[in-house]
Amino acid sequence: MTDWTRASAAEMAAAMRRGDVTSVELTRAHLDRITAVDGDVHAFLHVDAEGALATAREVDAARAAGDDLPPLAGVPIAIKDVLVTEGLPTTAGSRILEGWIPPYDGTVTRRIRAARMPILGKTNMDEFAMGSSTEHSGYGPTHNPWDLERIPGGSGGGSAAALASFEAPLAVGSDTGGSIRQPASVTATVGVKPTYGGVSRFGAIALASSLDQLGPCGRTVLDTALLHEVMGGHDEMDATSLNEPVPPVVDAARDGARGDLSGVRIGVVKEISGADGGFQDGVKQRFEESLEHLRTMGAEIVEVSCPSFEYALAAYYVILPSEASSNLAKFDSVRFGMRVEKGNVERTMAATRAEGFGDEVKRRIILGTYALSAGYYDAYYGSAQKVRTLVQRDFDAAFADVAVLVSPTTPTTPFKLGERIDDPMAMYLNDIATIPANLAGIPGMSLPAGLAEEDGLPVGFQILAPAREDARLYRVGAALERALTDEWGGALTAQAPELEVK
Amino acid sequence: MAALTYDKALEQFDPVFGIEVHVELNTATKMFCGCANQFGAEPNTQVCPVCLGLPGSMPVTNQKAVESAIRLGLSLGCSIRESSRFARKNYFYPDVSKNYQISQYDEPTCFEGSLDVVLDDGSVVTVGIERAHMEEDAGKNTHVGGSGGIQGASHSLVDYNRGGVPLVEIVTHPIEGTAERVAEVARAYVATIRDIVKALGISDGRMEQGSVRADVNLSLRPKAAAGEDQAAVPFGKRSETKNVNSLRAIERAIHHEVVRQAELLLAGQPVVQETRHWHEDTNSTTPGRSKEQAEDYRYFPEPDLLPVEPSREWVEELRGTLPEHPAKMRARLKEEWGFSDTDMRDAVNADALDLIAATIEAGAKPQAARKWWMGELARTANDREVTLRDLAVTPAQVAELQGLVDEGKINDKLARQALEGVLAGEGSPAEVVASRGLEVVSDDSALEAAVDEALAAQPDVLAKIQDGKVQAAGAIVGAVMKATRGQADAGRVREIILARAGVEG
Repeated sequence: MTDWTRASAAEMAAAMRRGDVTSVELTRAHLDRITAVDGDVHAFLHVDAEGALATAREVDAARAAGDDLPPLAGVPIAIKDVLVTEGLPTTAGSRILEGWIPPYDGTVTRRIRAARMPILGKTNMDEFAMGSSTEHSGYGPTHNPWDLERIPGGSGGGSAAALASFEAPLAVGSDTGGSIRQPASVTATVGVKPTYGGVSRFGAIALASSLDQLGPCGRTVLDTALLHEVMGGHDEMDATSLNEPVPPVVDAARDGARGDLSGVRIGVVKEISGADGGFQDGVKQRFEESLEHLRTMGAEIVEVSCPSFEYALAAYYVILPSEASSNLAKFDSVRFGMRVEKGNVERTMAATRAEGFGDEVKRRIILGTYALSAGYYDAYYGSAQKVRTLVQRDFDAAFADVAVLVSPTTPTTPFKLGERIDDPMAMYLNDIATIPANLAGIPGMSLPAGLAEEDGLPVGFQILAPAREDARLYRVGAALERALTDEWGGALTAQAPELEVK
Repeated sequence: MAALTYDKALEQFDPVFGIEVHVELNTATKMFCGCANQFGAEPNTQVCPVCLGLPGSMPVTNQKAVESAIRLGLSLGCSIRESSRFARKNYFYPDVSKNYQISQYDEPTCFEGSLDVVLDDGSVVTVGIERAHMEEDAGKNTHVGGSGGIQGASHSLVDYNRGGVPLVEIVTHPIEGTAERVAEVARAYVATIRDIVKALGISDGRMEQGSVRADVNLSLRPKAAAGEDQAAVPFGKRSETKNVNSLRAIERAIHHEVVRQAELLLAGQPVVQETRHWHEDTNSTTPGRSKEQAEDYRYFPEPDLLPVEPSREWVEELRGTLPEHPAKMRARLKEEWGFSDTDMRDAVNADALDLIAATIEAGAKPQAARKWWMGELARTANDREVTLRDLAVTPAQVAELQGLVDEGKINDKLARQALEGVLAGEGSPAEVVASRGLEVVSDDSALEAAVDEALAAQPDVLAKIQDGKVQAAGAIVGAVMKATRGQADAGRVREIILARAGVEG
């Protein structure tokens, strides 16, 4: 009997169309898998078996009746707990929202429902998406299916781990500084941060509004593209949403999978590729091999320099806390969520926030409040915005010469849970290669590049493209994926150690 | 020490003031969401995830509100910025659902204008406008228990219906040189803003509902010695009196602050730079939070919204839709209607100008329209402690009522009864006249019968008339009017009596 959880989303959709499997069977298989392994992995904060099966039954009935169905109808999906789902608990990984049931759907939630995809549940994340390991979740960390002692990345470690442990074939993520790409990198899955404005943020609980972007997560480039097309497109509820059609990412993924990159100029960004040290050897090695594959397929590889990237991390850690300090002000116990009663409203607000927010959230609120204060604004927020402009100019200059830029997604393979929890700077450095894309609003992808020699853990390969050119990520990504899977004899995730089934 | 008077205070000090006026726009929906923008609904029935600030929600700018703000800015002679941004004003307060208010900070859409304010005697004061910017209103807190204030309350309730209602805040430059006319200028300025927003049709301008609200900043400085330039004397410390919500209160608040600050200064005490609250019941102000420890609002550009970038073509198109300045319009109407200065001033002060205009538009003569609104209706409104426009009668109905009088169908006394019926919701004037049977009795045979009956009851009257004491007929007229419940045409009754007596009238 086929284990459908190992299939790709595209294969599942095709099998349903052929009548080889029903959505109820697929959904049940994933729910069973969650029951079997999530006790160890802890990818999910909430599982909605009943809701997922109800959608699956409707899809099966509609298919039986000969209805025209959307491409991914019946394929189950997991949603990062940052996105509001009507009737389903939504916490953004924070205790302050424990038990909150949103009275409305985010735009991407609506689109997933319209695509008739059974929603398996909500995935774990660092509280309010602040973190690179899920250790800052108010509900305990998620474990990396490659090694349960290690971090699954963050903030979207729940979504990535759900994919890597075959609990879900697709997942929604959100990426403010790498929260889709870094978890993808350390779990050997695929994740895309679309162009800023390419996917509606309406309903995504805001961390830093000018950096946040929802995006698709999958185990293959094509699956990720299929989900991207479900999620993307203009939304009048989000003023920053681009008023243009979704880029043809599925076509680009299919085109790339033919393995021809003749004439494509690819730039290796010197500043984020370990040229100056700080990157693990095994990471650099796999990265170099991937470049070799790209060359073999006809791409021309050149080195480019983006000198302002040196300041990107510092600018990011001013802009993000500043916006976050304001975005998180609404969590005050007055209208929703946790309330710690304390005499009057002012003290109640303070007590609720003191108890409801974790340390990392408090750290960033304090940073942001300080940075925005009268007299400091120009020195901090103002300067950070200038760096942001410089980063954008570096990208503009680079993309005038090359079609896409590439780098390792993260400097290292996944570290151990607890290893960096007391060292925020070491934690922040994890995102050194992913942050520039958020500052510039450009799209980025991470896909598996293999396992590091020294520890046998996943290494990610990052591709960046100019704004609105998300399709380029998929073309180059699918080409590289094909070359690598040919070499590995299948998906890298198939090499992950078997989880103990309980 | 005898209490200082306002006049005495202004003999020694020179007032400088500035006003911030908040105008609630009458757009169909709120500033950043699709909720209805309507006054008086049940609490928390006009709310959605956006104006409740629920996690995940995002604002989208109401383009109609932007249009209204630009038209208002143009009416105030402002320049319109080609690109302006919204900003977040961060502060924790339960009626601000997100704990930040979306406002405009360093880039207001409308800036640097001026407005001519015409005083009662026709003199003109030009007020410099610093800016007119868009923002969202807050919700409304109600404190339960205690005296209704937050002190001593057992708990508070928040109604978010008003949260997110579009506002334009108009800020003046400091207004100098008004001396003893400071209160009059302040009042006239706010009245002019109110008239402009009504003429633009962008707000109902109802101060009593908070659609137009004013904060008054005022400071005093010593009067310059003879031959010295008053403008060279530095400003004193100012107070900001919040939420002054009627024209009369503006004057009174200025009176109060002039006297209060002058007393402090004369006693050698400093004026504290602070926010003060206006109390309508006692005509006084009390201190709010001190501006010295002012909150730091940590303004930064609102990242969820794009800049406001009106095209030059659109701005010029909007400029073409501006109504005439209220003062000019008043001068024109005064001329057209043949009103005296007093007629006009009373009508303006009663906020009755547009009601009178609409009544004339509906066919009434100007003096008749004025008489109704400034007479019977003003009395009724006053008795009921409501405004003229709260009365359940339309200008068209008033014109209809006057038409019935002009046609001779009813007399003035009956018209007042008919109006009473209209106000009681009994229908149009014609319907009330019919249903209450108010029409003047003009049927001669009925009147003759009534006259004969009255003459029979007072047999000596006829002889008196015939003796030349024609005024004796009055007793019979009165009796007939009484018998017909006022519905007889008194003139016609008199003619019949005289005819019966065989004398010429």
